[in-house]
Amino acid sequence: MVETGRSPNIEILTLTDIEKVEKEEDGYRVKVKIKPRYIDPNKCTACGECMKYCPTLAIDTYNVGLTFTRAARIDFPQAIPTCYYIDEASCLYLNHETCRICTNVCGPKAIDFSQKPEIKDLEVGAIVLTIGFSDVPESVLKKYGYGKYEDVLTSMEIERLMCVSGPTQGEIIRPSDFKHPKRIAYIQCIGSRNLTCDRPYCSSVCCMYAIKEASVLKEHDPDLDITLFYMDIRTQGKGFDAAFNNAVKKYGFKIIRGRPAKVDKVGDKLVLSYVTEEGEYKRDFYDMVVLSTGLSPPEDAEKIAEIFGIDLNEYRFVATKSIAPIQTSQPGIYVAGAFQGPKDIPESVTQASAAAAQVSEILKEARFSATIKKEYPPEEKELIKEEPRIGVFICHCGVNIAGVVKVEEVRNYIEKFPNVVLAETVLYACAQDFLEELKKKIKEYKLNRIVIAACTPRTHEPLFQDTLREAGLNLGLFEMANIRDQCAWVHSDNPDKATEKAKDLVRMALAKVQKLEPLNIHTVKVTPSALVIGGGVAGITAALSIAEQGYEVYLVEKENELGGNLKRIKYLITGEDPKVFLKELIEKVNNHPKIKVYLNTKVEKISGYVGNFTTVLKNEEKEKTVNHGVIIAATGAKEYIPSKYPYDGKKVITQLDLEKKLIEDKSFKKIKKVVMIQCAGSRGEELSYCSKVCCQQALKNALKIKEMSSNTEVYILYQDIRAYGFYEKYYLEARKRGIKFIRYLNNKRPMVEKKGRGVVVKVYDPIIGEEIEIKPDLVVLSVGIKFPEENEIVNMLKLPTTQEGFLMEAHVKLRPVETTSDGVFICGLAHSPQPLPEVLAQVKAAAAKACILLAKGVVETTPYIASINEKKCIGCGICAELCPFSAIEMVKVEKRRKAKVITASCKGCGVCASHCPVFAIDVGGFSTEAVLSQVQAFKGWELLENQTKKNRNGRKENRKLKEE
Amino acid sequence: MKKGRVLIVGGGIAGIQTALDLSELGFYVYLVEKKSTIGGVMAQLDKTFPTNDCSI
Repeated sequence: MVETGRSPNIEILTLTDIEKVEKEEDGYRVKVKIKPRYIDPNKCTACGECMKYCPTLAIDTYNVGLTFTRAARIDFPQAIPTCYYIDEASCLYLNHETCRICTNVCGPKAIDFSQKPEIKDLEVGAIVLTIGFSDVPESVLKKYGYGKYEDVLTSMEIERLMCVSGPTQGEIIRPSDFKHPKRIAYIQCIGSRNLTCDRPYCSSVCCMYAIKEASVLKEHDPDLDITLFYMDIRTQGKGFDAAFNNAVKKYGFKIIRGRPAKVDKVGDKLVLSYVTEEGEYKRDFYDMVVLSTGLSPPEDAEKIAEIFGIDLNEYRFVATKSIAPIQTSQPGIYVAGAFQGPKDIPESVTQASAAAAQVSEILKEARFSATIKKEYPPEEKELIKEEPRIGVFICHCGVNIAGVVKVEEVRNYIEKFPNVVLAETVLYACAQDFLEELKKKIKEYKLNRIVIAACTPRTHEPLFQDTLREAGLNLGLFEMANIRDQCAWVHSDNPDKATEKAKDLVRMALAKVQKLEPLNIHTVKVTPSALVIGGGVAGITAALSIAEQGYEVYLVEKENELGGNLKRIKYLITGEDPKVFLKELIEKVNNHPKIKVYLNTKVEKISGYVGNFTTVLKNEEKEKTVNHGVIIAATGAKEYIPSKYPYDGKKVITQLDLEKKLIEDKSFKKIKKVVMIQCAGSRGEELSYCSKVCCQQALKNALKIKEMSSNTEVYILYQDIRAYGFYEKYYLEARKRGIKFIRYLNNKRPMVEKKGRGVVVKVYDPIIGEEIEIKPDLVVLSVGIKFPEENEIVNMLKLPTTQEGFLMEAHVKLRPVETTSDGVFICGLAHSPQPLPEVLAQVKAAAAKACILLAKGVVETTPYIASINEKKCIGCGICAELCPFSAIEMVKVEKRRKAKVITASCKGCGVCASHCPVFAIDVGGFSTEAVLSQVQAFKGWELLENQTKKNRNGRKENRKLKEE
Repeated sequence: MKKGRVLIVGGGIAGIQTALDLSELGFYVYLVEKKSTIGGVMAQLDKTFPTNDCSI
């Protein structure tokens, strides 16, 4: 969020509605209406005075109506833009022309009631719709006592209740009597998988968020007794099953399969009546009931569809195809996130990047034609070299700091320190007028070090550093003292002590800034081409996207043809023809002028780092060396045949075998009875995890059998049918078509035995409480997907893998296709088992991330990187071993082993510096000298000076000793 | 010549990610949000599954 707010090329228009969209030859003209904020964002310093004095209460929608806020407000402190606004609906002045207290209390005079709605025309080449989802309507919740019984809450309400920034500061209380609940029940699938409320689809995320919330609740109160009512447990995402099982085990949750029909109240308890899987009728009492509500399409979905001219699907989400999951029915308009269908954060983030890739493909000629690049004046080298001339600025932050800390006293105290040329107080250091003033003062007083005592560097350091650069100063010659969050705010009850602490903090910053050295932002050139490893549908699509975005691609496949696993898929559950799709893709790749395809080729060796990789490719005849800036690892995974079942490829086969048989074997109609076994080898048998695709695959093939021969009996033995999202439709269809579903328990798996020429399947049915025996003509195993054990690419790139063996992403949620090695991206089945539409989105996401580097042409390093003193380095290699980003390499310098930082890869985490046994490593902005000086100044300035002298003398003595 | 500007409608996590990627890919982005702040639903979550990271 913060990054978005800072980018000069992202214009955030809040409180804005889309009025009209007109298609033009080369894009769209979009009319938007920007509603007034009534507070000038250029003047507002987010001090909060307006909200503090605003007398009008308004319902706090950020806290889902659990509490009140004010008419003048900010929704949450980290909001972007970080600017307050006045709610038109509740403001006294805007409705009754009275009050205006905010105008009087606002220090920087930012309140502006003269603002009017503004109509703007935006000309754009493409549009991405990321509108999200809406809540389940209250009419649906009413069936479960919501609105009638206060202690029936929605999952979002409980989310806000347990949040420290929520209405109770994270205390879990019952709304009816403010007591702490002891027994809580979660009911799943509220407004999902429900035909009666017109929401037959599965919302995909509720199984996971319920278990997350339950876990957090348990952390709040370990004595809580939590029961979760599930239909199927659909935790099919990467690592989710493991997380779910661990949570259930760790916190002792009760998992009951069933959906209570309604909620009643007896005394002060809520009562749930339900029927267990074994057919027993039960009534249980709870203090609180949480409804796990699903994701509904946006309320105004039809209006949006009409404005943009796009089609919606039967559930009112955007209609897309399995083979083009980001593309709407309108060219140049794309969709990402929950508006495309219910999905979790990682998948939304992936689709978002995929949408960026799609736009970048169609608008490649216009790249950098409308962007703004910020230029800075050259640095004042001479001034920087001089003895420190420090300017100290102490911020009032309105009354936030000055209301507690006596800022003038701090100023007087700090003014007397050596090298302080200027010490001033300022009303708002972050206000634009002060920043201009700061630039002037730097010039006028020839300042070469700046200390700002104000709020937190987390939000404001980049702003101040930017100002320094604009004034010709290096951004490294700057230090902040946080006298607001860590002083005034936490010691508001003790102004005297707070003032003393502020003095300490500023003195320490002063001590540090004297020792700071200029920092450099290094740039490393990027070779504008990509290496894509793997020629399955993932690799092909990645190569095509990168090439379409305008860069050269080397596509390497070890087999003799492209296509990978998709070659074995004969039809899709959604009806598209994968054969035609794949054929077209392969033709495009083979004919693309920017793509070179290497079949029967292995990757022999990869060296280099982000922007500058060199790879040796080898086939039977020869070796070839290619240079490239980025790598996409789309090496895939394979069907796993479990050893426990008597697989023979004839009577006992896999779903992929069945698919082939259904299309090619004309005698199939003779088969009268088929048993499909889900999770064959998966979810704790031989593979620990869920492979995500097998439930849909079974439904697809079972429906195909029914379509070909409706008399054939089909049994599906399962643990949970994971027909998440819109796949639920096919589950319903399968039930309608008479396909028999028998649930089995994880610890009582079905047994398959060969008897004579036939096969017998025995399975314990928990509903009737007995083992049943089926004698089918065919047993189909829904087997999982396994990452190959021998994968040389993993070793070559030093890629970390998950416990399940798949490639590990840099961050599960926010960086799903990146790895800890810069410039290396992962996608497809090598990342995790997933169905085709998800693979296609993920591949495009990887292509987008790869092209960001290629488009920039250079890698800019953070200024806070490690540097190694070569003389001190003893070449022990501890740092290289520990570096989590593989950013240190061991090199030979004059026949001696030395550590060397790869500046392009270093993130400045400081792990190396903290472990170096000879203190040879320093991290920019945090050099040992600067940090020590800051720490010593804590005790007082004199000590610092004595210590410095002592150190100097000590060093001299050491040197003397050595010389002797 | 196609236009180098892109419109993104909705400032939740998907919109934010698209905006960041597109701006880095060399396009000027309008990120339109009907509320007073970007962040969407994710900004309301206390923690996120399965890592229980803070959402903001």
